[in-house]
Amino acid sequence: MPEITQALIAAADLVASGDSKLLAIIVLSLRVSLGAVFIAALIGLPLGAALAVGRFAGQLPLTVVLNAFMGLPPVVVGLFVYLLLSRAGPLGPLGLLFTPAAMVIAQVVLITPIIAALSRQIVADAWHDYAEQLKSLGAGLTQSIRTLLWDTRFSLVTVLLAGLGRALAEVGAVMIVGGNIDGVTRVMTTTIALETSKGDLPLALALGFILIGLVLALNTGAFLIRQTAQRRHG
Amino acid sequence: MAEPRRLLPLQMSEVSYRINGRTLIDRIDLSIRTGTRTVILGPNGAGKSVLMRLAHGLLEPTGGQIRWNVPEARPREQAMVFQRPVMLRRSARANIEYALKLAGVPAGQRAERAMAALARVGLETIAHNPARVLSGGEQQRLALARAWALEPQVLFLDEPTASLDPGAAREVEAIIDAIHAAGTKIVMSTHNLGQARRLADEILYLQAGRIEESTAAAEFFRQPRSAHAAAFIEGELPWR
Amino acid sequence: MALSLSITRRGLFALIAACSLFVATGVRAEDPYITVASTTSTEQSGLFSHLLPQFTKARGIQVRVVALGTGQALDLARRGDADVVFVHDKAAEQKFLDEGYVVQRHDVMYNDFVLIGPKDDPAKIAGSKDILEALRKIKDSRAAFVSRGDKSGTHAAELRYWKAAGVDLDAAKGPWYRDTGSGMGPALNTAAATGAYILADRGTWLSFKNRRDLHIVVEGDKRLFNQYGVMLVNPAKHPYVKKDAGQAFIDWMISPTGQQVIADYKIDGQQLFFPNAEKP
Ligand SMILES: Nc1ncnc2c1ncn2[C@@H]1O[C@H](COP(=O)(O)OP(=O)(O)OP(=O)(O)O)[C@@H](O)[C@H]1O
Ligand SMILES: [Mg+2]
Repeated sequence: MPEITQALIAAADLVASGDSKLLAIIVLSLRVSLGAVFIAALIGLPLGAALAVGRFAGQLPLTVVLNAFMGLPPVVVGLFVYLLLSRAGPLGPLGLLFTPAAMVIAQVVLITPIIAALSRQIVADAWHDYAEQLKSLGAGLTQSIRTLLWDTRFSLVTVLLAGLGRALAEVGAVMIVGGNIDGVTRVMTTTIALETSKGDLPLALALGFILIGLVLALNTGAFLIRQTAQRRHG
Repeated sequence: MAEPRRLLPLQMSEVSYRINGRTLIDRIDLSIRTGTRTVILGPNGAGKSVLMRLAHGLLEPTGGQIRWNVPEARPREQAMVFQRPVMLRRSARANIEYALKLAGVPAGQRAERAMAALARVGLETIAHNPARVLSGGEQQRLALARAWALEPQVLFLDEPTASLDPGAAREVEAIIDAIHAAGTKIVMSTHNLGQARRLADEILYLQAGRIEESTAAAEFFRQPRSAHAAAFIEGELPWR
Repeated sequence: MALSLSITRRGLFALIAACSLFVATGVRAEDPYITVASTTSTEQSGLFSHLLPQFTKARGIQVRVVALGTGQALDLARRGDADVVFVHDKAAEQKFLDEGYVVQRHDVMYNDFVLIGPKDDPAKIAGSKDILEALRKIKDSRAAFVSRGDKSGTHAAELRYWKAAGVDLDAAKGPWYRDTGSGMGPALNTAAATGAYILADRGTWLSFKNRRDLHIVVEGDKRLFNQYGVMLVNPAKHPYVKKDAGQAFIDWMISPTGQQVIADYKIDGQQLFFPNAEKP
């Protein structure tokens, strides 16, 4: 398949050229997805931990729903957020449609369930070991949640990376709510979709390789941090 | 400063604990008094751990009453060291500071009290090591230091030397002695009869969720009253 | 080094702070801009990257183009999510105007459709100048044909040609007629991969790279002309419409300057769009 070699060369050329437009697209991708992971973590981590530790009405259905929502179809989320943010929709007056903020919102909806559901599992496992000790020391529910989140931080890093990977790779939702506007809401994935539809398959594939390389680099970094930290903290 | 309120005696009357149709603790009447070191003996599965959990307030009795000398059901001035202590993923010192924080000790005093507790168990040199990579014996000593730092009036110890080599077990015994000498009531379970002889002032013999004997230690080892207890001592010392 | 590689409380806060800063620097006061709902074919022809910078330079207004099928573009305007609509489906545009979603419509330019087909030409129509006759032959020979099927302007035009050719698509449809429900580029990719005929606008075709053995089989028929119109979304219906900036864009497009800029756009020396706005 000569296209693949061609695309690899093109990818290397693109990276080497330091093309400012490409750089802007990469930066926007990271900005949007990191912002989304940040907000989704603020919601998803405490929610997951509360589901693991607490005893309250609706816990079971909420857990099942979260698990199911890990596989939300991005296009549906995109449409939903679009209708919400559209000028004719309930949040229309904010004027957020076709802005990076809209893309962040859509990605938050997509990855919060992932972060909540996976962290619930991790915290529940830790809680199994910690419950008596924490209760013995007099930790209340909120204190227990904070302690468990901190003590499972190495595993939770992996959860956040899963969220980031999904956010960075996602195209359906950001295409709809961002509009793929050149220089404003055009990110890696929507650029790839655009180049594909222009029939410039080598360029599309080259951009795909750069995206994969980016995700790989982020994961390598996080993996190394996790390794070192875990070796030191047990 | 006001005289600290007194937690003991702890009164248990007709205390039962049933779960899934099994009776683990069966109508126990018991009074735990200040001053002595109480050692709970009994075979595996007798209910020693459950009994201590009930007393410590981790389990609610399904029958009967547990009453401290103070109004609350679960007063703060008591602590427990578990058969398998859980260390938080942070340094040895931070583990103690965490317990002090939950006990309401002001931030300014925690570091000093934690270091003092570590020094008492001989762990001051590894204060900054992550707690989870300490050896079993070190973790057990750290757990004792953590409990001790809270300066409890009552300390429950569930087989504190179960997985330690003889040397480490002796170190832990010395620490328990020191805690007792500092004025803390000790309630402890063990399978090690030598340890029971060395540490106990008073023996509670538990069998199938019932207390079969509650006697002074010297008397218990000289002449156990119940057949079960006698067999238990025999079983543990087959050469006699 | 070991410290910086470990997760400490301080390290975590530093990381969060750095991320927040990185994310937040993207949020800044914005230049005045308008949102234009347009079609994928227009965007992919490359016209906008030629045209818009010159408008922005002249009037200091940024233009954000959201490129969709004509149907979706009109829907965007109907919901008030765009200020200006720039599409190529005169019948639909007229209807839209009558319904009051937009306030005025101006012809801007036209380009033409071309019928694309594989080199082996199973329907034997290469070189013909009669689009209707060509479509009839495709149907008769059951040669593979890819349709956009996405309610775009090009799709609407294709359906008009079938009708004018006297072909009852509903009755004639079979495996040979492939309804892809996709944009111009993806539909061309499909046609290239399967060796099918397809109706495309010349602009997209010229900038399309993945041609394989496709080439133009029918062009130059007057009926293939494709009229573009520009419309301002009705501010009375949608208070957020940037009326003045949108109007400035429309005025510039139909002004002699704008019309000249359109005429100047070429790919491989070929002019793609022919300005035909009425003198304002
Ligand atoms: N949460 C529980 N649910 C069901 N059964 C339990 C539970 N906790 C303890 N048990 C059972 O209660 C009995 C007493 O348990 P306990 O842990 O108190 O024994 P023990 O005397 O401490 O034994 P060992 O010497 O082995 O530590 C055991 O048979 C145990 O299986
Ligand atoms: Mg036990």
